Amino acid sequence: MIHSLFLINSSGDIFLEKHWKSVVSRSVCDYFFEAQERATEAENVPPVIPTPHHYLLSVYRHKIFFVAVIQTEVPPLFVIEFLHRVVDTFQDYFGVCSEPVIKDNVVVVYEVLEEMLDNGFPLATESNILKELIKPPTILRTVVNTITGSTNVGDQLPTGQLSVVPWRRTGVKYTNNEAYFDVIEEIDAIIDKSGSTITAEIQGVIDACVKLTGMPDLTLSFMNPRLLDDVSFHPCVRFKRWESERILSFIPPDGNFRLLSYHMLSWDVGKINPQKLPSLKGTMSLQAGASKPDENPTINLQFKIQQLAISGLKVNRLDMYGEKYKPFKGIKYMTKAGKFQVRT
Amino acid sequence: MTDSKYFTTTKKGEIFELKAELNSDKKEKKKEAVKKVIASMTVGKDVSALFPDVVNCMQTDNLELKKLVYLYLMNYAKSQPDMAIMAVNTFVKDCEDPNPLIRALAVRTMGCIRVDKITEYLCEPLRKCLKDEDPYVRKTAAVCVAKLHDINAQLVEDQGFLDTLKDLISDSNPMVVANAVAALSEIAESHPSSNLLDLNPQSINKLLTALNECTEWGQIFILDCLANYMPKDDREAQSICERVTPRLSHANSAVVLSAVKVLMKFMEMLSKDLDYYGTLLKKLAPPLVTLLSAEPELQYVALRNINLIVQKRPEILKHEMKVFFVKYNDPIYVKLEKLDIMIRLASQANIAQVLAELKEYATEVDVDFVRKAVRAIGRCAIKVEQSAERCVSTLLDLIQTKVNYVVQEAIVVIKDIFRKYPNKYESVIATLCENLDSLDEPEARAAMIWIVGEYAERIDNADELLESFLEGFHDESTQVQLQLLTAIVKLFLKKPTETQELVQQVLSLATQDSDNPDLRDRGYIYWRLLSTDPVAAKEVVLAEKPLISEETDLIEPTLLDELICYIGTLASVYHKPPSAFVEGGRGVVHKSLPPRTASSESAESPETAPTGAPPGEQPDVIPAQGDLLGDLLNLDLGPPVSGPPLATSSVQMGAVDLLGGGLDSLIGGTNFVAPPTAAVPANLGAPIGSGLSDLFDLTSGVGTLSGSYVAPKAVWLPAMKAKGLEISGTFTRQVGSISMDLQLTNKALQVMTDFAIQFNRNSFGLAPAAPLQVHAPLSPNQTVEISLPLSTVGSVMKMEPLNNLQVAVKNNIDVFYFSTLYPLHILFVEDGKMDRQMFLATWKDIPNENEAQFQIRDCPLNAEAASSKLQSSNIFTVAKRNVEGQDMLYQSLKLTNGIWVLAELRIQPGNPSCTAWPSRHCPSWVLLAVLVGGGLWRGFGGGNFRLPVFGCCMSPSLLVPVVQDLELSLKCRAPEVSQHVYQAYETILKN
Repeated sequence: MIHSLFLINSSGDIFLEKHWKSVVSRSVCDYFFEAQERATEAENVPPVIPTPHHYLLSVYRHKIFFVAVIQTEVPPLFVIEFLHRVVDTFQDYFGVCSEPVIKDNVVVVYEVLEEMLDNGFPLATESNILKELIKPPTILRTVVNTITGSTNVGDQLPTGQLSVVPWRRTGVKYTNNEAYFDVIEEIDAIIDKSGSTITAEIQGVIDACVKLTGMPDLTLSFMNPRLLDDVSFHPCVRFKRWESERILSFIPPDGNFRLLSYHMLSWDVGKINPQKLPSLKGTMSLQAGASKPDENPTINLQFKIQQLAISGLKVNRLDMYGEKYKPFKGIKYMTKAGKFQVRT
Repeated sequence: MTDSKYFTTTKKGEIFELKAELNSDKKEKKKEAVKKVIASMTVGKDVSALFPDVVNCMQTDNLELKKLVYLYLMNYAKSQPDMAIMAVNTFVKDCEDPNPLIRALAVRTMGCIRVDKITEYLCEPLRKCLKDEDPYVRKTAAVCVAKLHDINAQLVEDQGFLDTLKDLISDSNPMVVANAVAALSEIAESHPSSNLLDLNPQSINKLLTALNECTEWGQIFILDCLANYMPKDDREAQSICERVTPRLSHANSAVVLSAVKVLMKFMEMLSKDLDYYGTLLKKLAPPLVTLLSAEPELQYVALRNINLIVQKRPEILKHEMKVFFVKYNDPIYVKLEKLDIMIRLASQANIAQVLAELKEYATEVDVDFVRKAVRAIGRCAIKVEQSAERCVSTLLDLIQTKVNYVVQEAIVVIKDIFRKYPNKYESVIATLCENLDSLDEPEARAAMIWIVGEYAERIDNADELLESFLEGFHDESTQVQLQLLTAIVKLFLKKPTETQELVQQVLSLATQDSDNPDLRDRGYIYWRLLSTDPVAAKEVVLAEKPLISEETDLIEPTLLDELICYIGTLASVYHKPPSAFVEGGRGVVHKSLPPRTASSESAESPETAPTGAPPGEQPDVIPAQGDLLGDLLNLDLGPPVSGPPLATSSVQMGAVDLLGGGLDSLIGGTNFVAPPTAAVPANLGAPIGSGLSDLFDLTSGVGTLSGSYVAPKAVWLPAMKAKGLEISGTFTRQVGSISMDLQLTNKALQVMTDFAIQFNRNSFGLAPAAPLQVHAPLSPNQTVEISLPLSTVGSVMKMEPLNNLQVAVKNNIDVFYFSTLYPLHILFVEDGKMDRQMFLATWKDIPNENEAQFQIRDCPLNAEAASSKLQSSNIFTVAKRNVEGQDMLYQSLKLTNGIWVLAELRIQPGNPSCTAWPSRHCPSWVLLAVLVGGGLWRGFGGGNFRLPVFGCCMSPSLLVPVVQDLELSLKCRAPEVSQHVYQAYETILKN
């Protein structure tokens, strides 16, 4: 399992190390530094690096390398997924994930990492649970802690961890009960010189912000669920129900989470007059004095379209069971460019 | 208030200050102090001096403080074992706490204290926690067993924790099940032979139920565990697949890939005619595509696996070519992998698109990527015949760009296209010739020269072109020199009248002015051919060339099948079986795909995996079967370029040019170096044989009783073949270590230095465990004896015959190659004795078609003597019995790669009338050999000796042996070794 973790900044300093088993000397990172040197750019450092006695698996996010050390055969995706989870957790706890922030909160960081793995086995990786165990720092809490001498470590058993809904804590209370869903679609495309589309696909997600009291059981249905055939669900979604009825049925985690992501290679664009194909043209002009780009630069496009899911996906309705109150519900659509590349 | 204050540099007396604060009466101050200590610890400062003071803070009700102290303990307990004892009481007490969180915390922490002395005290609390009423405590305790096992495996076994852990697989709580599986899997990895995860339909059912309810990480462990299961028939396989498919929609990519592994493996058992088979194929594509929209690091691992999947089952992704198109801001490691998969998926249907893309990539900025893209175009031409023309014209377009490295790469691949499709595209030669001057890389120059030579009759100024290269002949690389020599000879044979001068020039350059033996030799051969028989020369030099093969980079099928079983693991990233790189690789058990069970299977599926024993147990001896030329021929051209860059222990990988210098440093870094002095003295007084056949020469040579039989040295490399270096040698096994005893004789007139040795990949992974140490230069007529320790952790490739070993030896003069056969008994390990029950079960378990029978003629030994002789070579007698006057020895031996061979040896006093004994007449598991009498009576004449049945050691020592034939029956899961084991038997018994 995961032996150790080193955090390394872009200038090559190890600024945090955590060992879940015996201590691995930080000299093991020398192999990483070698690879880093060879790679010229940080993005190109290979994610799996073998050394004589260990393997180094790394991810590069927010200008920090998260380098995990493993000693036995461990699924590399498991390690890499976990590292991304660490990054997400830090971001969730501290708002941003950066070297100064991590250094500022080193004790919390250390406590969180300790809770995330036990002997290299994942222990608590849901931020709902983690926050129950170790309270994220807020200015108010820091002040309160200083005055009253209380701590940011919870003294309760993380109740959710043992229920059938390990992603939700119990005893949630809100005065305003609300559930918001954002359908966000990104278009990845490659357009060639002549303007024809080489590839185009949609990466869609439904992100949720659910603040509901108690144990609400939600169902979300779509006008056109057949659009979704390549989907990945949050563990809370009941897969059987989706298979049989094409309805999303779930007890949501508390707070922000990604309900599902989907992927489409082709989609319905409605009726288009073949005589008058819609087209979008643009010109690129360089600022005076800017250096000339390479011969045929590839242009990355960015755009956003509010209140539209380009695939045509539409939510039909959201129902809540199991609780008596009436929540506020909201749904937002957005389309934006993902990796939208135009070759010239 | 932030924690950054903890990072202020160590001031003088900081430790002293902290000490005072830790002992403060004020709770708040204490806690602040512990926080500071932890912060210092986190950034790598040594605060171990504060151990007693921190431990004193442990007895507290404040949970945060307790946790912080625990953190500290885990870090420093090892360095302060005596102090750590102080903490034991608190742990024991905390394990009884009414709050399950505290119980769990205590059991979790105490497992992390890696101090032997303490662990004993922790057994009782751990036992309680494993049976705790709260599942949270149980699941934490399950992991604690794995921790404890890491510290003291014996203790864990003695205390029966493994059984408790196995029971937890049936726990009612899915999280507990998942952790128990994870803990058992980890323990099993250090004990590959133990049968910890014994799966049966009931436990599988429990795992499948837990799969739906446990956390994402638990799902990974359970899926990986399921993948080791061997369903009994296609129905069971299908029902497992049905319950695993929903995991393909999981957001966690590791869960998805583990599920893909289970499906790919069990699919093997399903008939292709089943509707379900088709459904499953369709279901596999979308999740694989989705993995490619994840972060680049995940994409990379996914792509390496997809590379395997498209080779095994191209139909899954054949319509998804577009998702592998490269985005210009993909990291380079993703780009290269995508490119590789694009070529594998290229077909007539999509080739136009692929080519357009590849052409686009060839104009990018990253040189490595561009080169690979150009090569890819060439590979497409060779793979998809219909596209060849389009590929050639694309390459021509690229040559027009005049970008130097693009042009060179294009010329290299065009050469291959010419070879694949002769007499089709030669019209482009003119264009190629225009770029002659810009070529500065040896490979491109050599390719161009080859083209000019091959098509000399169509190129008007071929002689001028080739002459232009001749000017700087000695500055060229060997590759170019050799090619130039051949090309000019070809030219001469085609246009003899105009080029006589040129050919003489090149022949004299090659033979008289060059130090390179290869070049000289080739020069002489041509010279003599041309001078003695020009017609023959024409036939030789201008012979029809064999066509080049379509795909040279496919993974060999048996290796591919094995790798499919390792989807999602490091092995799948490196495309090598774990035995090739996991530390201490011997322990690794080979996996293989299950056989297809359905009867409707059509005959056209040769990819069906080996039949026989269940996966996970079957020690598939020889996973790889590569081309026999192997790596040896690449020795002087640098390491082979296939596969990802691997920098692990070079000896194991065999991918590094050991002979190319830097030898010592490379080997010095690995962990199995045996110092040369420790090697056993060679030769043990055996006479030196002459010729390979002496290796098994049964009349000469004296065996030794301490250690395995050592054959006399035989000449492996005669001096005339190696420019005066004569090598003879033999193999020995002494106390568990194998060595190659060599005798090097210098029969040349010059001093030899700089010896080095390398083996080609071979069936059992034999590799030098230390460099070849020849301390002083070897003067003419001097002989030196060296014992070279060998390891069996090198990379493995099946050889023909199995015990063939190809060796390269280098000295200051040249590199020489020879091959030799090693006797199999050097691979018999010391712990090869099976217990009786196991023997019995295994014998039954191995299918009868794996049984091989042999006769050992004229072997005057009684059972006792044979047994002890064999034992000194690590063939162990498990049991002995007498059946109708014949002694039967049941024996076992184990090879270094973990393969067991079971033997039944029948010894009977000579009885001329006795013929083959039909084996089914033998009592149940006693198959085997019958003593066939005949042969000469020697010694004391025959006698019938009777022994009580089974296992008695009373030997008929008074009844002494006669000349007799022994009959040997061998059973092994890898039947191909039988022949060699038999030879070993014969060698040992007769010497």
